[in-house]
Amino acid sequence: MMNRRSVVKKILENRGELLVIAGLGSTAWDITAAGDSPLNFPMWGAMGQAAMMGLGLALAQPRRRVLVITGDGEMLMGLGALATIGVQQPDNLSVVVIDNERYGETGMQATHTAHGVDLAAVARGCGLKDCPADLSSLRKAIHSQPGPNFAVVKVLAEKVPLVLPPREGALLKARFRRALLGPEADSV
Amino acid sequence: MWPELVHRELAAAKVRLVGYVPDAGHKRLIELCQADQALRAVLLSTEEEGIGLAAGAWLGGERSVLLMQSSGVGNVINVLGMMKECRFPLVALITMRGDEGEFNPWQVPMGQATRTVLEAMGTIVQRPDSADEIAPTVNAALRLAYSSYASVAVLIPQRVIGIKSFQEQTNQ
Repeated sequence: MMNRRSVVKKILENRGELLVIAGLGSTAWDITAAGDSPLNFPMWGAMGQAAMMGLGLALAQPRRRVLVITGDGEMLMGLGALATIGVQQPDNLSVVVIDNERYGETGMQATHTAHGVDLAAVARGCGLKDCPADLSSLRKAIHSQPGPNFAVVKVLAEKVPLVLPPREGALLKARFRRALLGPEADSV
Repeated sequence: MWPELVHRELAAAKVRLVGYVPDAGHKRLIELCQADQALRAVLLSTEEEGIGLAAGAWLGGERSVLLMQSSGVGNVINVLGMMKECRFPLVALITMRGDEGEFNPWQVPMGQATRTVLEAMGTIVQRPDSADEIAPTVNAALRLAYSSYASVAVLIPQRVIGIKSFQEQTNQ
């Protein structure tokens, strides 16, 4: 099994114009460790809403590829989002769960996936599409496979150093919108 | 009818996404949104998803509106914190239950707490008193939210919706 940081780094390699939402906790630090970008929106709260933010963004920006990277605990808190995404079928959205089977920020308690809950099966049942398991094919799928795509990548349950993005929510929002929409982000 | 007038306001304000959790009071407006080619109506499994949807849409430069019932306000409390911290605009059109003339006692606690809960989380609450005032209130809420980056809830009173019994709700 791989280390979460190397998995996320590989997925985000040569990301180009990819828009990235990361769920509360370790995945927000993971995308920052891979290289902070204004086109990252790392969530410091609203646990359970990463996939829905990805859906809203994907529907608003149908010509751009959107990636949600989140943890198993965060995904479990908003499983209904998979049903909602399945109904909308956005072809530019991918959701990747970095699954260490633990709540990493609260003391590494086991999540449901440690007890056999299969998130990929849930997503499949909701109408999301499977992605190839190896990381370089997964990376390609995120950039080109018609979605909505879903993948679970199992990673080691280990503590890794914190690499923190900016904390202020309004700043994270404004920098993302300016990078995506240009100067008109401030006037609409 | 107020749903037609509200739908016109959404179109005029260039709203492109409408998240909704079905509610009898919103039945007509949901139908109008579904039939409108310029809008995308997004069926939600819980109201909380509508907050994430609105935030994501605004990150991508689009305006949205959330249609829900007052019972669902309890489901969005924590995530309203994100809207405040990030100054994401939000317009939620909330049909009231547990309000005037409620027939289901289980609706009353959340209905009575709706305004307090929203205001505690920094959401601006506007409540039209009559059917005539709903569309102008929605117009003002859209301008306030999208000009001032605010979370705004419009509470549509139960008296205006006019559902007085479970049978009547079922027959809608």
